[in-house]
Amino acid sequence: MRGDRLARWEPVQPMTAIAATTPESPLRTNLSESLLELIRRTSTILPDDVVRAVTKARKDEAAGSNADVALDVIGCNIGLARDNSLPLCQDTGTILFYVHTPVHYDQIAFEEAATEAVRSATRKGYLRQNSVDSISGKNSGDNTGPGSPVFHFQQWRKNFVEVKLMLKGGGCENMNAQYSLPHPELGNRDLKGVENAILDCVLQAQGQGCSPGILGVCIGGDRGTGYAHAKEELLRPLDDVNSDPQLADLERRVVEKANQSGIGPMGFGGKTTLLACKIGKRNRLPASFFVSIAYMCWAYRRRGANLDQAGNVMEWLY
Amino acid sequence: MAIVKLQTPLDEAAVRRLHVGDTVSITGRLYTGRDAVHHRLHSGVKPPVDLKGAIIYHCGPVMVKEGDRWVCKAAGPTTSSREEPYQWEVMRDHGIRGVIGKGGMGPKTLKACAEYGAVYLHAIGGAAQVCAASIKRVDGVDWMDLGSPEAIWHLWVEDFMAIVTMDAHAESLHQRVFEESKQRLAAK
Repeated sequence: MRGDRLARWEPVQPMTAIAATTPESPLRTNLSESLLELIRRTSTILPDDVVRAVTKARKDEAAGSNADVALDVIGCNIGLARDNSLPLCQDTGTILFYVHTPVHYDQIAFEEAATEAVRSATRKGYLRQNSVDSISGKNSGDNTGPGSPVFHFQQWRKNFVEVKLMLKGGGCENMNAQYSLPHPELGNRDLKGVENAILDCVLQAQGQGCSPGILGVCIGGDRGTGYAHAKEELLRPLDDVNSDPQLADLERRVVEKANQSGIGPMGFGGKTTLLACKIGKRNRLPASFFVSIAYMCWAYRRRGANLDQAGNVMEWLY
Repeated sequence: MAIVKLQTPLDEAAVRRLHVGDTVSITGRLYTGRDAVHHRLHSGVKPPVDLKGAIIYHCGPVMVKEGDRWVCKAAGPTTSSREEPYQWEVMRDHGIRGVIGKGGMGPKTLKACAEYGAVYLHAIGGAAQVCAASIKRVDGVDWMDLGSPEAIWHLWVEDFMAIVTMDAHAESLHQRVFEESKQRLAAK
């Protein structure tokens, strides 16, 4: 009995390929090169779902208005970045990797390969030197340092690696907000209170998060997991529909009302303030009710890839 | 839509002719300056360049050194509101006539625009390639010890487009849109 249980702790199929973590390892090189290409694509090519949403928004604005001019420039920018393989936005943001790995996969090797890819992407100008010591202000110069880049690992029972990358600029990150309900002006612990909290975030942000924006929202969780999950909601395709009918309805209402606010692109006034709103929920403590909102700019850089166990790209996502 | 052509350095009369909603096209020198630059100026350090009549661009560009010259890979505006505590002082003490950024600024800056004759120009946030396309040369850099995104880059621009959202007549598009959107959302 005891022996059986011990045996189960042994790797079923050790992944010797990925376990080879020396810098010279050709397999680690493969992984690093795949991730470098993922970073290049993410920084320079806006995903199709976001491009569609921006294109649709322009049709709604009055021709010649400031909002129309803003969306026209945004459209030109999307094309220039893609055609010249250059960063869409100079703020290449917090570098967030969301990784699903098979059981027994060497996550340390992945971190090392990804960190190498980040350094290389910074040298090539796909990423800005964006990682600064919080007290001294000293820039590490290569986007690495304590907490940078960011990794979220999760195991799954599939035999390949799924990596999603989000680059979230500081301008929009600064517009994130967390509310605790009940709130004297915003209301109670119900869907109306949640809606009011989200719309207050949109009001306070105005154009400063580079509207039209996209919201990721988490209802519940603790303060830390709430914000983390709010960001993960942003990984959903913009045109999907929430499987929870109450949340689907709330998402639709928030976008509709935000777009009637008149804030508009860049806060110039206009009809499109939000491109989408994605809401999830986590269980909470009876004592707590947080609404955590991750504000994403229109330049929503997120891409992904499925990788085989040797680090090669099997399929690009988004 | 008429486009107002501006050449740096700006004189006060040209700035006072501008109104919220005007589109401008700028040719000449821009100096980048964001959080660390403003903080350092505020602490009393003298600027390394003459800012009289200058435009400060709230921007932390992506710069790559190719051979012995700097090449600008991306250069859109950063959020300006973080400079709200300092900007009025830079207008008063160093004579800048324009600020380019995004998201607008608050009452201290608006008051200083009217008092000293300056204007806030809004570039399109996130449009780093469109902005970079009008940057023809990188003429120099100061305060690199602050790190590349925070340094003072000397950019030569031709036909850099922006929209006046705060003018020297105490008008702010941002203030107006905030008040209107607040009322509209409260009515829901």
